[in-house]
Amino acid sequence: MSVLSRLFARHVKPEFGKPGPRQEGGDLPPHLYGVIAEFGKPETLVHAVHATRKEGYQVIEAYTPYPIEELHDAIGHGPSRVPLLVLIGGIVGGLFGFFLQYWTSVVAYPLNVGGRPYNSWVSFIPITFECTILFAGIAAVLGMLVLNGLPMPYHPVFSVPRFQLASRDRYFLLILARDPRFRAGDTFRFMETLGASLVSDVED
Amino acid sequence: MTESPWAPPLADLAVLGRRGLVVGALAGVVSAAGLVLNPAQFYRSYLVAFVFVLGVALGSLAISMLHHMSGGAWGLVIRRILEASSRTLPLVALFAVPLLFGLRHLYPWADPARVAGDEILRHRAIYMNPTFFTVRLAVCLLLWTVFAQALSRLSKKQDDAPAPGLERRMQLVAAPGLAVYCLLVTIASVDLLMSLDPHWYSAIYGVYVVGGQAISGMAFTLLVSLFLVRKGAMRGVLQPRHVHDLGNLLLAFTMLWAYFALSQFLIIWSGNLPEEIGFFHDRLGGGWGVLSVFLALFHFAVPFVFLLSRDFKRDIGKLAWAAGLLLFMRWVDLFWLASPAFHPGRLSVHWLDLTTPVALFGLWLAAFARELGTRSLLPANDPNLAVALEVHAHG
Repeated sequence: MSVLSRLFARHVKPEFGKPGPRQEGGDLPPHLYGVIAEFGKPETLVHAVHATRKEGYQVIEAYTPYPIEELHDAIGHGPSRVPLLVLIGGIVGGLFGFFLQYWTSVVAYPLNVGGRPYNSWVSFIPITFECTILFAGIAAVLGMLVLNGLPMPYHPVFSVPRFQLASRDRYFLLILARDPRFRAGDTFRFMETLGASLVSDVED
Repeated sequence: MTESPWAPPLADLAVLGRRGLVVGALAGVVSAAGLVLNPAQFYRSYLVAFVFVLGVALGSLAISMLHHMSGGAWGLVIRRILEASSRTLPLVALFAVPLLFGLRHLYPWADPARVAGDEILRHRAIYMNPTFFTVRLAVCLLLWTVFAQALSRLSKKQDDAPAPGLERRMQLVAAPGLAVYCLLVTIASVDLLMSLDPHWYSAIYGVYVVGGQAISGMAFTLLVSLFLVRKGAMRGVLQPRHVHDLGNLLLAFTMLWAYFALSQFLIIWSGNLPEEIGFFHDRLGGGWGVLSVFLALFHFAVPFVFLLSRDFKRDIGKLAWAAGLLLFMRWVDLFWLASPAFHPGRLSVHWLDLTTPVALFGLWLAAFARELGTRSLLPANDPNLAVALEVHAHG
């Protein structure tokens, strides 16, 4: 259970409509999801991410029209957990493939083929290998979707009118309200110092 | 050239070469004593040692030709190691000479008495006879050397003066070179190893040896890279992303070898036909079975598991462990291919089996160290070098 919950931690955390553990910030509007800032250039965004992390914020997210290499590390994402899922999928698939054949040819329907032993493990290897690849591949795709939280038909940032530009030529930085460091007014003013062209609240 | 940041560490290479020479010469003297005491065993051990050293040099040549065809930063940072290794082929050809005196100790087809009493060998005698065998081996070694020298000479030309079109010319050598290499390895491996068993044959044998040689070449190159990094040469050149690519190639070659090995085993085992199964019957019983399991574990399973890890492949210090293991297992694999033919039914390791590879590899290493010292460690004028050495945020 604890392994599973850790695996899916990133997925489970952003529960919509439920603001996370929030420090007493005085005048928090009731349904605030976070504060978002819009930047015109990728360098400004990367710089802003560094500044935000330096300020002590941890629960932040960035949105860009294309992948920016430095961003992954700057934002503080650890190594992906997909490889572990692929490994588990591969091992499960290998065991499944082998014992499927073992069970059919030794337990369920033993058949004498040219005097070979029922457990002809050598001839089981190709199917075992194929099942390993198949399960690992499925684990990779499903694991990626689950860890990404996809499919996700709605997300609070969609309520920001200009957010659609994140898939064109604008770069966005979001600080989530459940960040322990988050204070509605302070965070808003801090983000205005980062060189953003626009800062706005994100409603849940 | 000594001003260049990529100058070879001549003093360190001289030490390496001298050590190789001393150890190789000592082991050579001991092995020569073995030649007097037990000539048959000497030639059997020598054959494995020769094919092992040949595999390191040829594997390096093949990887360098592969890189000329594919391009990529991984190949530029190791190209000089591969080229130095391929330039030793004339010495390897010299190593083949003693074999020619021991053919009748090795091959049933070289023993007139056995040929007279064996109908299949009589039919094959037109191809499998000492004269034609010698001619074939000489032609193989000559052609490999020609391709290695042609590539090396063009590379030298590029060092002396950058000229457009040189990379293209190297590609024009490498493309037919790769095809010729594969065909000739098939011929040579049938001659040198497969014909130890008078009747057995397997169509996948040649590519099985090709896969093994690729492992030999890559494993040796990684060990040399670690040596150079430790000696401070190539500082800042070999980045984790290069090492990662080399590690992935080592993984790919290991899986390729295992794939060929399993294909051969699976088909012959399933068929269970008298003219084929003898090969595995010899290698699965009488103590040789232990060696077969050892081979499956340490030539494939253990390196495979370690080479799956990204962190392991990005650190040359760790990756070199897998390379060292695989280089040793290359010798075990060749020993496993050859020796059961001489001692069927009983696992047997003679002390000559250990001294002859040390002798040949030591002497060969001395030649390699000398060749590596003759050029800059990177092809400085290659148009792709600047991109290959760029430092990325992710290393």
